[in-house]
Amino acid sequence: MPSILIVPIRPVDHAELSLLIEPLISTFTQSVAIEESRYIDPAFAFDSYRNQFNSTSIITALLENYPTHQGKIIGITTVDLFVPVLTYVFGEAQLDGKAAVLSSFRLREELFGLVPNPELERIRLLKETVHELGHTFGLIHCHKSECVMHPSTSAEEIDVKGTNFCEECAQTIRAIVR
Amino acid sequence: MTEKKSTPHSIMIVDDELIVRESLTKWFRQDGYRVESAEDANHAIKLMNEGPWDLALLDIKMPGMSGLDLQKRLKEIDKNTSVIMITAFASVESAVQALKEGAFDYVTKPIDPEHLSHLVTNALKQKKLVEENVQLREQISGIAKANEIVGESQQIQKVIELAKTVSKTDTTVMLRGESGTGKELIARVIHANSTRRYFPIIAVDCGAMAESLLESELFGHEKGSFTGAQFRRKGKFELSDGGTIFLDEIGTISPKMQVELLRVLETKQFTRVGGNEVISSDFRVICATNRDLEAAIKEGSFREDLYYRLNVFTIVIPPLRERRQDIPLLAEYFRNKHASAMHKAVIEISPNTMDMLVQYDWPGNVRELENVIERAMVLAKPPAIQHTDLPFQLASKAHGLQADSIAAIERAHIEMILHRSGWNISRSADILDIDRVTLYNKITKYGLKRP
Repeated sequence: MPSILIVPIRPVDHAELSLLIEPLISTFTQSVAIEESRYIDPAFAFDSYRNQFNSTSIITALLENYPTHQGKIIGITTVDLFVPVLTYVFGEAQLDGKAAVLSSFRLREELFGLVPNPELERIRLLKETVHELGHTFGLIHCHKSECVMHPSTSAEEIDVKGTNFCEECAQTIRAIVR
Repeated sequence: MTEKKSTPHSIMIVDDELIVRESLTKWFRQDGYRVESAEDANHAIKLMNEGPWDLALLDIKMPGMSGLDLQKRLKEIDKNTSVIMITAFASVESAVQALKEGAFDYVTKPIDPEHLSHLVTNALKQKKLVEENVQLREQISGIAKANEIVGESQQIQKVIELAKTVSKTDTTVMLRGESGTGKELIARVIHANSTRRYFPIIAVDCGAMAESLLESELFGHEKGSFTGAQFRRKGKFELSDGGTIFLDEIGTISPKMQVELLRVLETKQFTRVGGNEVISSDFRVICATNRDLEAAIKEGSFREDLYYRLNVFTIVIPPLRERRQDIPLLAEYFRNKHASAMHKAVIEISPNTMDMLVQYDWPGNVRELENVIERAMVLAKPPAIQHTDLPFQLASKAHGLQADSIAAIERAHIEMILHRSGWNISRSADILDIDRVTLYNKITKYGLKRP
C-alpha cells in the first residue's frame, strides 16, 4: 500500500508536522505517517562556508534510510537549505521520484522583520509540502496562479496561490494515485 | 511560467561542474522546460547543431573554450538563441564583455532563485517579442511594396522614380498636383520606401480644420488648456516621431500657423498648446498642395520663407488628362478592386465605354475615375459596363456635345482617333479619310500633343 512518510529533520517541531497529516490525506487520498523514531540529524549536509544545508545531500540520505519504502518520503526541517548553484531553496524534490525535502526557514515572518504569525506559517508549510510532493508525483509547475503547483520563490508568492491543485493538476494526481 | 499544453521552451545548460548542471536541470525541468546540459564547449556546439534552443545558460569560466568564445560560436549557429552568462563574482568584467557581444544578461553564482526565475521569463519574453517583431516587419515590407500606383505612362513613371529616389533621404518633399491625382498615395510610397517605414506616417488635412483646432491637432494640448480639453493630448508632430508627417492642403493654412509651422520645421521643437514643456520630435515632412503658392506669395497670403523651407524637392503629379494611356489600366484596376468587393467579377468594361473614359477630361482626376467606376459597377448589368451606366455629364462630355462649334467636335474626334491608333498618323489619316498633310495641319491647328 503506497503511503506518504513525513521524516522530521532536526531541529523541527513535531506538533507542527502532525498538523499536516489530515490535509495531506484528503489531498492525496493516501495514508500519511510521521516517522516517530528515526529523526535525521542534518549535520552531514552542513556547508560551513555558506552556513546552509545541502538539500541534495539530504535527499540522498532519505533514499538511503528508506530503501524499501513504497511511496513518497518528505523530510521537513527548519534549517536553511541550498543547492550549490542557487542562493537558497524552499525545498527540493525528485521529479516523478520518491523523495523530497522542505524547510520552513524562509516561510517565517520574522525573517522579514515581521511579527511571527504561526497560522500563516502553518498554511505556507502545508502549501509547500503539497507542492514538493506534487513534484514527486510527476507534476511540473502550473501557470494557473491559484494552483498550489504555481512556482514561488518568495513567501508572498506562496500566500497568493491556493492550498489545492487546480482541476487539471488534480486530475493528473487522481490518475496516478488511483 | 511555461504553460503545460504548449510546446515547452528549451534550455541548454553549459557548465563544467556536474552539480551545477544537475541542479539547474532539475530546477528548470520542474518548471516544465525541456532541458539538456553539456559539460564543455564541444558538447554544447553539438547540442546547438541539434537545436533550436530558446535559451542557453553558459558558464563563463570553463576549461578549454571560455564561455565568451562559446557564445560567439553558438550565435554563429543560431543567432536567435538567448544567452545568459553564469559568472563567479571575480569575472564581472568578462560578463560585461559578454553583454556587449549580445548576451541577454548575466547572473553570478550562487544564483538567487527569484532572480533566475524572472531572468529566464524575461529572456524568453524578449525572444518572443524579437521574433514577433521580425514577422511584423516582414508583413509591413510586404504591404509597402504592394504597387498601388497604376500607370505605364512616362509621366507617372517619372513621378514614381522621383518618389523612390527622394525616399532614401530625409529631404522635405512638396507634392503638387490637382485634386484627386493621388498626392497622399505618393506620400505613402515615399514613406514606405524610406528608412522611417517602421514608424508611423501621420496625415493631417490642414484644409479641413479651423486655425485653433489645427494648432492643437499639430502640437497637442495640455489638460485644461481650453474648454473641452479634458485630457492631455499628443499632437501630430509628436506622434510622427521617427516617422513622417504628411501635411495636406498646406496652401490653406493661416498666416499665424505659417509662422508656427516654420519655427517647428526649423527647430523640430515645439510646446503643446497651454504647456511649457519643450518637446523634440524627429519627423520628416511631406506636404501637398493644389494651390498656386507662387501666386499666393505675390498676393501676400503665403510666407515666402515657409515656401522655401517646404519647397526643397518638388514632385508634380500630372493630371489624368495628361496621361490618358493610363486611363484603361486604372479603369481596369478599379473595376477589379470593386468587382471583388461587390462580388461582381463577371462585369467588364465595354470597348465604347472605355473610349468615353479615355476621352473625358477628368477634372477630379483618379479619384473621380474611381468613383465613376464604382458607381458604374453598382448600376451595370452583366456582362459589361455600358456608357449608360456612366454619369450623365461624362457620357455627354465624352461625345463632345458640350462644345457648340463644328471645330470643337472635329478637334475631339481627331484627338480620339489619334489616341485609338496610338498616334499612328497614317492609320489615323486612313480612318479619318483625309491625307496625312491635312491631318498634320489639323494637329497643329488644334494644338494636339502626343501624350
